[in-house]
Amino acid sequence: MYDAGLRVIHEDAVANPGIEPHRVRMTEKSVKHEKNAVRQVAALFTLSMLGSALALYAYFAFPISEDLTTVRLNTLYLGVGITLGLLGIGIGAVHWAKTLMPDNEVSEERHLTRGSDEKRAAAIEIINLANQESGFSRRKLIRRTLYGSLALFPLPGIILFADLGPSLGDKLRHTAWKQGTRLTKDPYGSPIKASEVTIGSVFHVIPEGLMPGEENYLEEKAKAAVLLVRVDPDQLIETEERASWSYQGIVAYSKICTHVGCPVALYEQQTHHLLCPCHQSTFDLIDGCKVIFGPATRPLPQLPISVDAEGYLIAQSDFHEPVGPSFWDRSVQQ
Amino acid sequence: MAQLKRKLNGLRRSPRALVVVLFAGLLVVGSGYTAVQAAVSPSTAVTRSQEQIDLGKRIFLSNCASCHGKNAEGTMNGPSLIGVGEASVDFQVSTGRMPGAASGPQLEVKPVQFTEEQISALAAYVGSLADGPSIPDASLLQANGDSTKGGELFRINCAMCHNAGGAGGALTEGKYAPNLMGSSEKTIYEAMLTGPQNMPVFNDANITPAEKNDIITYLKYLQNNRSVGGDELGNLGPVVEGLVAWLGMLGLIIAITIWLGAKSN
Amino acid sequence: MSNTANTQKKNGFLAGTANYVDERVGVGGILKEFGRKIFPDHWSFMLGEVALYSFLVLLLSGTFLTFFFQPSMTDVIYDGVYAPLKGAHMSIAYASSLDITFEVRGGLLMRQVHHWSALLFVAAAGLHMLRVFFTGAFRKPREINWVVGFVLFVLGMAAGFTGYSLPDDLLSGNGLRIIDGMIKGVPFIGTGISSLLFGGEFPGHAIVGRLYSLHIMLVPALILVFLAVHLFMLVIHKHTHYSGPGRKDTNVVGYPLMPVYVAKAGGFFFIVFGVIMLIATFFTINPIWNYGGYDPSPVSAGTQPDWYIGWLDGALRLAPTGIEFMIGDYTVSTNILLPLVVSLVFLAAVAIYPFVENWVTGDKREHHVLDRPRNAPVRTAIGAAGVMFYAVLWAGASTDLIATNFKMSLNQVLVTMQISLIILPIVAFLVTKRVCLSLQRKDREIAIHGRESGRIVRLPHGEYIEVHEPLDPHDLYKLVDFKDYKPTLARPNAQGKITVAARVRSSLSKFYFEDRIAPATQTEIDEAAHHAHEIEAEVQKAIESSK
Repeated sequence: MYDAGLRVIHEDAVANPGIEPHRVRMTEKSVKHEKNAVRQVAALFTLSMLGSALALYAYFAFPISEDLTTVRLNTLYLGVGITLGLLGIGIGAVHWAKTLMPDNEVSEERHLTRGSDEKRAAAIEIINLANQESGFSRRKLIRRTLYGSLALFPLPGIILFADLGPSLGDKLRHTAWKQGTRLTKDPYGSPIKASEVTIGSVFHVIPEGLMPGEENYLEEKAKAAVLLVRVDPDQLIETEERASWSYQGIVAYSKICTHVGCPVALYEQQTHHLLCPCHQSTFDLIDGCKVIFGPATRPLPQLPISVDAEGYLIAQSDFHEPVGPSFWDRSVQQ
Repeated sequence: MAQLKRKLNGLRRSPRALVVVLFAGLLVVGSGYTAVQAAVSPSTAVTRSQEQIDLGKRIFLSNCASCHGKNAEGTMNGPSLIGVGEASVDFQVSTGRMPGAASGPQLEVKPVQFTEEQISALAAYVGSLADGPSIPDASLLQANGDSTKGGELFRINCAMCHNAGGAGGALTEGKYAPNLMGSSEKTIYEAMLTGPQNMPVFNDANITPAEKNDIITYLKYLQNNRSVGGDELGNLGPVVEGLVAWLGMLGLIIAITIWLGAKSN
Repeated sequence: MSNTANTQKKNGFLAGTANYVDERVGVGGILKEFGRKIFPDHWSFMLGEVALYSFLVLLLSGTFLTFFFQPSMTDVIYDGVYAPLKGAHMSIAYASSLDITFEVRGGLLMRQVHHWSALLFVAAAGLHMLRVFFTGAFRKPREINWVVGFVLFVLGMAAGFTGYSLPDDLLSGNGLRIIDGMIKGVPFIGTGISSLLFGGEFPGHAIVGRLYSLHIMLVPALILVFLAVHLFMLVIHKHTHYSGPGRKDTNVVGYPLMPVYVAKAGGFFFIVFGVIMLIATFFTINPIWNYGGYDPSPVSAGTQPDWYIGWLDGALRLAPTGIEFMIGDYTVSTNILLPLVVSLVFLAAVAIYPFVENWVTGDKREHHVLDRPRNAPVRTAIGAAGVMFYAVLWAGASTDLIATNFKMSLNQVLVTMQISLIILPIVAFLVTKRVCLSLQRKDREIAIHGRESGRIVRLPHGEYIEVHEPLDPHDLYKLVDFKDYKPTLARPNAQGKITVAARVRSSLSKFYFEDRIAPATQTEIDEAAHHAHEIEAEVQKAIESSK
């Protein structure tokens, strides 16, 4: 009754020979085999019982303490016991079905998924009756205003979620760095003297005053983390504008990748490349951290630095652009 | 005046001028490096006997000079070793990285070629050329520090290259940071101090000797305490776990389903 | 009345209970209807069950974990037994995960069971989807069930992602950081959505709690609903079966539900659970104690998501350098949008495939006999290309591990994968299609001429022939019972116009069915048998005459 489409129906196709005759199993022919199978199934179920008992025993026999090997032992024996408890039942049940339960293949007729013509007719009649009695098709005004009300009622439910988070305002454009903020070592916060930064070193830096446990510690760190490196000043390629941002070959760059925000933490001392471990964006430190490989596009923002009266490294100001991954209105002047 | 100028011009173009300029350059760079180094690694007064230095020089000339120059001043094939300190020599030679094989983006760990006595001699010789990072005192290598601080410092300074579990990781162009699970306290300390190849230098102002001890304490804890959850799968993370799930678990289960669906004999 | 009571007493407790329930629920009718339902028995039909059972294991182990895990991001100082974290700052979520691992008996075991089971759930669902695809089980009447299954697969990915981000460790936290970076890159609404999700600036204090609600309530509820629909349709449609003797589109051949199937399928639940428990006992998964609590500054080499999110991470890594651009003052983050769009297009293609194939073939009949993959060469080749595309993206997520462990250059590995992403699916398509056609030819050859017996006979006039054994009719039927389609020309419609749709359908039908091998017919087999008879007669004559 259905269109066969592009199907080719061969008139002389091979006829269906019917279900294969049943192949008799050993357990059906021989009582010895049957008894063996019964014993095997019972043994598997018994193994399961032993496993569960082992698990119960192990829970108490292997208590855990500060010594971590106790955690390993408890986990191991509890796990082995439960595993045996489960596998014993599973394999036993399957073995029982395969060897002892009848394995004669049986055929069951299918009927078309669609309802019969009578059922359909009855269904259509019911729908028509419902339509007539409610006047749904006739009454345009009711119908249209119903659609309107159904379309609108979920909207307050959606708008309820607007307080999930406040508007970010210009938070993404500012970090904790300000003029004079000292560069300190991540995570314990001790300040850094310029003379301590030798060629080939890398310091992981956070602004002074950022303390774990404080209100916005991680949120600020997620924007303010900085890498501090010293290279031979002759090797630095600097634009005129940025020549004053470094200090005797020491440069500071944002550690937050401009791709999707992972810390660009790998510094290759000899190649002066910074590698981000998440998607392998690579930045050239001596050339303004521009991208030389990988899916990032923008160079890492540079933190202008200087030293204070005591020789400690300080920021001259905040970054001159938003740090981290790009967003739509990133470059729009505020 | 003009005569002087002409004479000077003549001198400038003479081949001897080249030698003078090179020597001056080396002097400036060498002393500049050591000056800066001196600010951060006060050279411990090291006792080097003249015998050791002589032995070291002999070993050096036969094994190292071909790449590092007869006076360790460097050649096209190997950098200058003036100022690298005893710690560098000890690290490179006692891990078998040196003598280096020429090919590849990075020095590989190979079987160690010298005895401890010979390595000390080599270190003494190179250390005698100029001040540099010295071999850490045994008191710094007791792994008796704070493993919590060590772990925090490790994750901030080291894990991005060496992996949070010390399994190692990739750098660019075929370079890599090695697995740390077999490294000794001394090797770890010296690596931090000298910054071999592309590893940055973690001088004592960046990571203090006590903090280095903390990091070593943490790494020793990892080395001595295998995972409580069972086999660590190389600590390689979700990728290997995914492979085990597909090949191990699903593979085993499919084998079982084939047994399950097969007709019994 | 008293008669019934006496009968109940005589037949015992079980009969009494059955009667009690039947009088209230009508369970007798249900048993009559479903008790002897026929289920075909093939191992490839059990993959869906593996997914179902892993889901049950997830529910059981997950419930245990919810009694100990605390989804709060409030900062706390750890004071538990794991020495290298004592005194460290971390969130309560991370601390409670450590407590489950080190201070609750069976806690670590349940955590590992839960995580391993999650990996297995999505893997089994994925392999099940592939089986359904390659055997054409998505054809009428099962197109809707395919879409339901697709939704289940995506929900599985969502459940996994929300789940592994709950311990708030360094590894999963960096994953959230990446998600936040991607969201921020969406034009216009990106930063707004980021703030809504995280309750302000990243990382905020809300995300773990919110993911927890999704992970234990909303996503499992949706999975259960779609699972119910999925299984309900399975009952209505009955299961498909492979072609073979006695099997037609109008019947289903197999074993009755009770007792065989209950024993096998029921036992299989214990087997799947047992295998998960075995792996969870002996192999560490997600060693959160190594990572420390999430902090935006440190990061571990080898930062990958769980395997089923891998293809998305790979898509990010394989994006070409520097494709982000500006429109005036506005930034279009193409380096994020391209992988996003590619992934969505891939998912959409998977979801709508049955409808496309149905439109091309125009075959409106119900299909309950499955295709062997070789008998639908272009469909199988398309599937192979799709799998290859997914696999290259998946491998793309582990470029750094490949580089380190196989001593290769990270950069070369990545560039190779970028090229492979385009080339390999095409190669996979071409090779697979040709292999299928060759296998079909071989089947035809065997059907018509029988199997080579290895007996070589030299006839009197010098010819060497190999004697072929004809196939047993049951084996023969498996080789010849498949559906054959031919391409169509674009025909004008009722208005006499050839529409664009008709042209497209015609080209697609050529793409699908131009290279086709028709099944061997009875006529061809008879002819070949007749010919074989003649040769056999000659052979016999020769043997007789040589005696």
